[in-house]
Amino acid sequence: MTAHAHDRTHRPTREEDDAAPLSVRRRSFLGYVVGGATLVAAADLGLGDSALAAVPTAPQPAEAYDLNDMLTDSCRPTANLITVTVHDDGTASFALPRMEVGQGITTSTAMLIAEELELPVSKVHVTLAPARPELEFNQLTGGSNTTISTYTPVRVAAAIAKGALLDAAAIQLGDSVENLRARNGVVQAPDGSSVTYAGLATKAASPVTRTVNVQLKDTSEFRVIGVGQNRVDARDAVMGRKEYTTDLQVKGALPTMVCRAPTLNGTPKRLRNRAEILKMPGVRDVARIDTGVAVRADTFGQCIDAIRAMKVDWDDGPVAGLGDADIVADLRAAEVALPTLPDNPLAKTIDTEVLFYFRSNSAMDTNSAIADVRKDHATIWSGLKSPITAQQRIAEALGMTPDQVTVNVVTAGGSFGRRLFFDGALEAAKISQAMGKPVKLMWHRADDARVGRGHPMSTSRIRVTHANGEVLAFQQSHTSVETDFRHGLGEIISAMAADLPGGYGNLGYAETIFSLTQEVPYDFGVVAQTLTETDDRFNTGSMRNIYSPDVRCAGELVVDQLAAAMGQDPYEFRKRFLRNDRVLAVLDKVAQVGGWGRTMPKGTAQGIAIHKEYKGASACLVEIDCRPRTVDRDIPDGVGGPRVTRVTYAIDAGLVVNPRGLEAQMQGGINDGIALALTSSLHLRDGHFLEASWDNYFYTRQWNTPPEVQVILMPSDSGQPGGAGEAGVAATFSAVACAYARATGTVPTYFPINHRDPLQFKPKPVVPPIPQSPVNGLKLTY
Amino acid sequence: MPRQTFILNGKNITVDVHDDVRVLWVLRDLLGVTGPKYGCGINVCKACTSHINGKAFNPCSVRVGDLARDDEVTTIEGLPDTVGKELHPMQQAWLDRDVPQCGYCQPGQIMAAVALVRKVRREGRSVTEGDLDGIRNICRCGTYTRIREAIKQGERNM
Ligand code: FES
Ligand code: FES
Repeated sequence: MTAHAHDRTHRPTREEDDAAPLSVRRRSFLGYVVGGATLVAAADLGLGDSALAAVPTAPQPAEAYDLNDMLTDSCRPTANLITVTVHDDGTASFALPRMEVGQGITTSTAMLIAEELELPVSKVHVTLAPARPELEFNQLTGGSNTTISTYTPVRVAAAIAKGALLDAAAIQLGDSVENLRARNGVVQAPDGSSVTYAGLATKAASPVTRTVNVQLKDTSEFRVIGVGQNRVDARDAVMGRKEYTTDLQVKGALPTMVCRAPTLNGTPKRLRNRAEILKMPGVRDVARIDTGVAVRADTFGQCIDAIRAMKVDWDDGPVAGLGDADIVADLRAAEVALPTLPDNPLAKTIDTEVLFYFRSNSAMDTNSAIADVRKDHATIWSGLKSPITAQQRIAEALGMTPDQVTVNVVTAGGSFGRRLFFDGALEAAKISQAMGKPVKLMWHRADDARVGRGHPMSTSRIRVTHANGEVLAFQQSHTSVETDFRHGLGEIISAMAADLPGGYGNLGYAETIFSLTQEVPYDFGVVAQTLTETDDRFNTGSMRNIYSPDVRCAGELVVDQLAAAMGQDPYEFRKRFLRNDRVLAVLDKVAQVGGWGRTMPKGTAQGIAIHKEYKGASACLVEIDCRPRTVDRDIPDGVGGPRVTRVTYAIDAGLVVNPRGLEAQMQGGINDGIALALTSSLHLRDGHFLEASWDNYFYTRQWNTPPEVQVILMPSDSGQPGGAGEAGVAATFSAVACAYARATGTVPTYFPINHRDPLQFKPKPVVPPIPQSPVNGLKLTY
Repeated sequence: MPRQTFILNGKNITVDVHDDVRVLWVLRDLLGVTGPKYGCGINVCKACTSHINGKAFNPCSVRVGDLARDDEVTTIEGLPDTVGKELHPMQQAWLDRDVPQCGYCQPGQIMAAVALVRKVRREGRSVTEGDLDGIRNICRCGTYTRIREAIKQGERNM
């Protein structure tokens, strides 16, 4: 990382450039050429468009000021620099203070730099920055906010670098900057002479840090932004060379795993056969920590053998003996009464309650971390979306100061919200300290599924009142097991609360996030949405799209019921009541492309739904097949169930940096939405979750995925990007739910719809807590 | 400690390890061959899919002691060499379709796809929608749509 020694007397400011002779007034931005031997251009990561234009007056706060505004604003006050470096081989590099988990932000960031720097994308190298405590709030990857918050500062730094290169080229080529043209890493003069960035990088460096004023390209001049780009890390991925935490080789960091309690969050009292375990082949160290008994060995296989042989006495976890029904009862008891509306003898009321069971956000790459804890220093490697908070918590746990803990951020194999937390990194640090050796900790799949964080169980109650073809009121009360936000997002909210418009200061984290993400984009009279949270005994987190999938699913099911009550078509009804043009446009698009209203055979149906969030709008039209021969397909060790046969999805995500990446995110979100509706949940039974692998937890598989998927990216005249990582989930979940209700004639009262079916797997034991690997693999080749 | 000998990506390899250690750990933990990924350890997720004598197998579920001296194990790292190119046509298809998201499952997906095409060819036919539905490799990022497209392209060029 480049050190940025600089002494600033004033913060960079953004000003309207009134002198610009352009029809579109261009803003100019301040940044720096950082003093040093090579060209380093810097911008304040706090640069961006202020969203704090007005205090919301509408009844729905998220319309005027949403979670993304808060996350973007939280980056604003942090005086900190991000730097683009141009090297003497003509490439540029940038350490992104965010986390790549598959959402494609290293690619889209490389595109932003390539655009302003006039360099091919392949010559821009984006790495992940280690924890930089000076960034305070500005190193959190969440809320689909990366591109929204980094779009301006990253381009400013790149534009400054290009400016410095042009200045150096002017001297070299003996012409003035205005006459020069930079393209593809080469600066050309009108007389045909040219010089490459490689030849300029050192000459463009500045001995002292200086402030520079730049203008950014107008969107009409974009050549890279908005053009589909394949992922910059795809080649490594398909060659097996992309490195995740457990692929890293750190000297002495041997495979390490943890033996966990038979009840959720139970704690170890005693390992009864320590001597016996230490004698097992390959086993090197054993240590008890607060979450279980850790073993370090030559191979992970020998860790598995050791864990299975351990005889451990445990203290029960906080939900010992409890099952789904107990938690449902607790939730119901916590529900607050829906407010009563003034008496209207003509009004009809529809009351709905939908229950959503626990779901897992276990990624393919399980929780893992490498930790090397020495007496006065610790080094951590892990996939972390909130590395600064991780650094602080790990330091606390080790009895160190944060500057004694180096936290390296490694690309991860998926997150879905889980890597906002640092459970693996914290645990690895404790184990390494207890053993006095470096460790490579990997959670077993069974632990990742059962003990890893998930989406809390919740209920959503909705009461709508309508009369004479108008909707008078829409009230939604969401009650949920607590969603854990103590990974830095919570700290952002506490710090920002006082400054947020509309008096959010009085709400807790969860309520704040709820009201900053939820809105009902329909003209439904008096609209109110509230959240009540209860029960902090579970390991939860903000699973992809946080509250929206559940809240929107319940909401859209009710919209279909309203339409039916008024004798209207679900699409026409939505069209009539929507009060946002962007949402209307995506709705029309899917209806038209997906052929809404076509005749479908009995037992199959279409479903349509919309969602508005992340500064964008989405609509989904699905077709589902609920006929017995489809539902009862014979799938060994898996569930068939209803099949979504076709999905048409339209998204308006504002300015799109990488259409190919956005399409991929929607395709992924579609499969998540289908899983939430039809197949995937965790069953709590006798104090623990039953699901311990992918043959228990039924995430969408090839036999569930729609054979036909079409994603439409809407053209947008917005100059600002929206969020992409999560925007595919809520509308899909809702559309599948609506389609299922229409195909079967039954509105589901709980999700996923198969949760109360007889278990379609034999639960794996909880003692020992992890299964042994089979040995019959050579009989199963194909 | 027993000596284990087999052929890995075209080279003879010998490693000192107990018979019952699964091949996945021998590859990843002892030999540093990390293309095959761990996703479950119980032959469910298929992230570790590699080839043995040209057929798909899951090294998490095979004891190293059960490998014979002349067994040829091919991991994603060795796949391009089987066609003498920088990239196997299936890998190229994966790139052309920009399939990977997090990428973690993809080495296994590609190895499974290559084996599937070889299998249907042995059966004198080509890949059907039913075959695609039957692929067990999980992708938690949900890249299934592009995987299906890529397999069709890869099959054409194999
Ligand atoms: S790790 Fe081998 S199949 Fe999952
Ligand atoms: S690409 Fe992430 S699991 Fe498949």
